[in-house]
Amino acid sequence: MKKLILGLFMTVLPTLALAAGPAVSLDSVDADHTNKASLQRGAATYMNYCAGCHSMEYARYNRIAADLEIPEDLFLENLIFTGAKIGELIEIGMDKKQAEAWFGSAPPDLTLVSRVRGEDWLYSYLRAFYKDDSRPLGVNNAVFENVGMPHVMVAEQGLCAVPPRIGTAPNVDPLSGNVRNVDICDSWAIEGSMEPAEFNSAMYDLTNFLSYMGDPIKVERERLGILVLIFVAIFFIFAYLLNREYWKDVH
Amino acid sequence: MNKLINWVDERLPIVDAWNKHLGKYYAPKNFNVWYFFGSLAMLVLVNQLITGIWLTMSYNPSGEGAFASVEYIMRDVEWGWLLRYLHSTGASAFFVVVYLHMFRGLMYGSYQKPRELIWIFGMLIYLVLMAEAFMGYLLPWGQMSYWGAQVIVNLFGAIPVIGDDLALWIRGDYLISGITLNRFFALHVVALPIVLLGLVVLHILALHEVGSNNPDGIDIKKNKDENGVPKDGIPFHPYYTVHDLLGVAVFFFIFFLVVFFFPEVGGLFLEKPNFEPANPLKTPDHIAPVWYFTPFYAMLRAVTVDLFGLAAKFWGVVVMGAAIAILFVLPWLDRSPVRSIRYKGWLSKIALAIFAVSFVILGYLGVVPATEGRTTVAQILTTLYFLYFILMPFYTRMEKTKPVPERVTG
Repeated sequence: MKKLILGLFMTVLPTLALAAGPAVSLDSVDADHTNKASLQRGAATYMNYCAGCHSMEYARYNRIAADLEIPEDLFLENLIFTGAKIGELIEIGMDKKQAEAWFGSAPPDLTLVSRVRGEDWLYSYLRAFYKDDSRPLGVNNAVFENVGMPHVMVAEQGLCAVPPRIGTAPNVDPLSGNVRNVDICDSWAIEGSMEPAEFNSAMYDLTNFLSYMGDPIKVERERLGILVLIFVAIFFIFAYLLNREYWKDVH
Repeated sequence: MNKLINWVDERLPIVDAWNKHLGKYYAPKNFNVWYFFGSLAMLVLVNQLITGIWLTMSYNPSGEGAFASVEYIMRDVEWGWLLRYLHSTGASAFFVVVYLHMFRGLMYGSYQKPRELIWIFGMLIYLVLMAEAFMGYLLPWGQMSYWGAQVIVNLFGAIPVIGDDLALWIRGDYLISGITLNRFFALHVVALPIVLLGLVVLHILALHEVGSNNPDGIDIKKNKDENGVPKDGIPFHPYYTVHDLLGVAVFFFIFFLVVFFFPEVGGLFLEKPNFEPANPLKTPDHIAPVWYFTPFYAMLRAVTVDLFGLAAKFWGVVVMGAAIAILFVLPWLDRSPVRSIRYKGWLSKIALAIFAVSFVILGYLGVVPATEGRTTVAQILTTLYFLYFILMPFYTRMEKTKPVPERVTG
């Protein structure tokens, strides 16, 4: 039996070492789909700031409402701005052709963006805008060079005058006990209405929400997974005993 | 119940069939862990068929609707996410168990006389399985589906004279399009599964005609008792049916661990770019096939020289094809008087070890982007892969083998 498990592991192990590293260093975050409050705040940010241009055309409003425990009437009133019905897909009014003319390429659908880019990338990207007058919209991004997207949350984050320091995770100074690297910008061109820590937290919530959107069944899937594995383990015990009983007379 | 069985048996030989294939099919009693993978392959096949049928009910095989319909399955269809993950994980699991099953055959000489046909039917199954997996991977219509198919179909274009027309004929269009998707869907859900099932039946019929090999490579039919039952044989049912349940339990544990906790396996089972819809105007940075094709993909890329006025790409395709074709003639390359690696000489043991390691490393090299150094390594490993087969008639005859016992050992 040991041999079998070892054999199976030996075949799977070499494949685990293949995860490729990102090209630029990123800040890392752990998504938590059980943190409903964070997901709700993320959903609110998304609907207010992102949903004007970015559709989520594979997902439905009422699924979000149900999963995030937001009452449907509140959701309709506060989070749907397009006049869509609660059971509809999250589509946008912007015309793709026009959007291409405005931004160079149409704003992508974001239902699955977390599965394509990963949470670390999203969290870093959202905080990495900086002032660059050579660009048509006056901003550039330290994670996605020459991106066509404007800095939507400039009023909240402010606008960094230099490329922000992405990939330097906040840590505690052992001498003073202060948290360092919360503010990733060395000089601000425009001051924002939010403190750096506050903005980081808002972007974590947004990232968390996008992560949930990419894989809305994750929490339920893992809950069921544990039950399934327990079942298989119990099944193994019975299979083992049955096998032993039959093989008693084989010599 | 007995009356019913008798009634049917007078009209259809079900009792006979049961005895021939299960109740009185005598299998060697010394099967080890490597003998689980045949029945596990069958289990995965059933999983693929059943989940596949249910996926078909909600899938839309058109260039406009395919990607959205997969997300519809993932989000709106009841248990659709489970069906899809069972199917996508099952595809990789199929190759895992088939590769281990084939390795078992290599180790214990299961392809040797009189089991040549079993091996050939098995190889045909492997070939059809690759076609099935390749066409199935186009169906989600993601970026990697699209560009992977583009790369592989273009390989046919490397064949001189007829190549371009052949690739055009396969695609049904000048580039991969909804037309290609439609025909791949038809082949994936109807044509190839029928061929696959037929081959599985032949594989098993041929096996049950000559009997199973075992880790000692001994012919158990040489030692029969007074009733004509092999002394080292036990009826497949109930002994190996209950035994295989153990294998099923362990397999399911690992399989469901993947399905429920990391269905993407870090981008190996489900590649990240495939969560973006197919876009003919945007080529992904790095196109890699799914892991089970990567050893052959690495061989394809390892060929970098033009030869006899033909492009390196063509020779790459030739090498890739030859790597699979040479497996078919394996039964006639092995000249050893013994079957099992246990009694072969050290030359065979080293050769098999080098072969297995080369294949795994080639698989790794096929996943990562090519660099000059990696290409050199791939060239060396490709050579070693072929040497295992080409030199086999010599080293299996030259080496000193150990005496094979009369009866099976533990």
